[in-house]
Amino acid sequence: MLLIKCPFCGDRDELEFSCGGEAHIARPLAENTLTDAEFADYLFLRDNPKGVFLERWIHTDGCRRWFNVARDTVSHEIIEVYPMGETPKTEAAKAAHKASWRRQTAAEAAAKPASPAGRSGS
Amino acid sequence: MGYKPDRGARGLPGGKPKYSIFSLARNAGSYHQDWQRAWRAPEPKAEYDAVIIGGGGHGLATAYYMAAVHGMTNIAVLEKGWLGGGNTGRNTTIIRSNYLWDESAAIYEHALKLWEGLAQDLNFNIMFSQRGVLTIAHSEHELREMSRRVHAIKLNGIDSDVLGPEEIKAFVPIINIDQSIRYPVMGGFLQKRGGTARHDAVAWGYARAADDLGVDIIQNCEVTGLRRNGDSIEGVETTRGFIKTPKVGCVVAGHCSVMAAMAGIRLPIASRPLQALVSEPIKPVLDTVIMSNAVHMYISQSDKGEMVLGAGVDKYNSYAQRGSFPTPEHMIAAGVELFPILSRLRMLRHWGGIVDTCPDASPIISRTDVKGLYFNCGWGTGGFKATPGSGHVFADLIAHDRPNKIAAPYSLDRFQTGLLIDEHGAAGVAH
Ligand SMILES: Cc1cc2nc3c(=O)[nH]c(=O)nc-3n(C[C@H](O)[C@H](O)[C@H](O)COP(=O)(O)OP(=O)(O)OC[C@H]3O[C@@H](n4cnc5c(N)ncnc54)[C@H](O)[C@@H]3O)c2cc1C
Ligand SMILES: [Zn+2]
Repeated sequence: MLLIKCPFCGDRDELEFSCGGEAHIARPLAENTLTDAEFADYLFLRDNPKGVFLERWIHTDGCRRWFNVARDTVSHEIIEVYPMGETPKTEAAKAAHKASWRRQTAAEAAAKPASPAGRSGS
Repeated sequence: MGYKPDRGARGLPGGKPKYSIFSLARNAGSYHQDWQRAWRAPEPKAEYDAVIIGGGGHGLATAYYMAAVHGMTNIAVLEKGWLGGGNTGRNTTIIRSNYLWDESAAIYEHALKLWEGLAQDLNFNIMFSQRGVLTIAHSEHELREMSRRVHAIKLNGIDSDVLGPEEIKAFVPIINIDQSIRYPVMGGFLQKRGGTARHDAVAWGYARAADDLGVDIIQNCEVTGLRRNGDSIEGVETTRGFIKTPKVGCVVAGHCSVMAAMAGIRLPIASRPLQALVSEPIKPVLDTVIMSNAVHMYISQSDKGEMVLGAGVDKYNSYAQRGSFPTPEHMIAAGVELFPILSRLRMLRHWGGIVDTCPDASPIISRTDVKGLYFNCGWGTGGFKATPGSGHVFADLIAHDRPNKIAAPYSLDRFQTGLLIDEHGAAGVAH
């Protein structure tokens, strides 16, 4: 059983939470220029690492607020809890963030407000 | 569904005495000390025509049908642990083909046809028992959904009957049909041809039969890398050295994303624990299988007398092969109300397997962008029932490098075209 530290309520039992799956999947802003394959990256394809995984949780039976968790999928150790909209701070979680294939996807690039040099015409 | 699947050309096991009542009697004479090995333990060769990664039921069935139906005998199955040590040996063995969508009906019924006669094909007692699978409904909505599903199933020529609470009580005397409980039994539907099989025996039967045909089954051999040469597969790196091969079939269930990452491929899979438990053995009280989608519970009684109970899938990703307590607790709470006899039973064992869940609760049987690299995964919580059918169509895909009619809808590109086979909405859960 996981003991999860809600950033707003403190340590609570896993039962009070729901897991929202992979964190840091940004909805592409320029979605009508994405190919079907690129949109599938956003909609269906998921990071599923054996090791440190960055995921979203919500304190369903408590404050009902979302936050991010870096958790090891083998030992279940919770490495870091950090706010929505931010990236992790601990080394292990930072490495997982960088290593995820999602950082290289077109959908992720398209989620950033368009900069003229930002996207090559795909 | 009036066709007959090609079971492959295989008579008596090559080189090994056939299992029969006579071999049993003969071996009883020597106190069962002289049984021959069921399969060899070969050293991996430097090169094969094809390599199957994963020695679970699906991988072994694939190898068997590649050899038996397509004549590919210079192939190997690589298993990091022991045969059937993954989900094959951890599942609650429910077999049925009563799915909503035509694509699902086609593949699960293909499998069920192969199950009927598999013991003879393999010359191995897989203890296939068509004891029926009864799915129960606990709400008006579920009842309506169920009748829609039964109509669809019947249109596909698959057996299915709706039962009312009284008929269910007559069929399953230990069930509680009191309408005041949390999950009242309001009705159900029965597939009489459904049932169970002995999970280990399925892996062993396919292994022994594949070995007979010359397939190398190599245990304790973990694949650590997939070597690519440009857009084609070149071979696999393993803990026992590099093996060269032009065709690789990955059948590693919960580890498919890990394997895909080795080749730079992405899958829509989340790996989750699924748990089950068995009680101490008791006298026979349940001669069918009961499933409840609303509770995420399924129950049967093994031939040893243990009550076998399966729970729902955990809510977060894990590779730990153990689950969280709230999931089985929820299932047992509903279970003791539905089957009061359970409340006095002690549970003997409890375990988890890592299942490969797919967004549409349907499997992936597919080529990939890497030539010669194939994936068979995403069976999630319900792939045991598909073992023979999955192996059969995957063998065909690998042998001919094109999917047949049954496999085609399960291609990876459905996540781009949007042609999903959504069995989630249809079935709730799928075991
Ligand atoms: C508790 C539980 C209950 C279930 N109940 C049912 C049910 O009632 N009915 C039903 O139809 N289905 C059920 N299922 C699902 C079913 O068990 C699976 O879908 C099915 O068994 C998958 O078979 P497989 O051969 O693909 O996978 P597995 O049997 O898991 O085989 C995969 C193999 O790949 C090996 N492997 C992994 N990585 C590597 C590597 N790098 N190198 C070499 N080998 C590797 C593993 O060791 C493993 O042996 C259940 C599952 C669980 C866990
Ligand atoms: Zn909170």
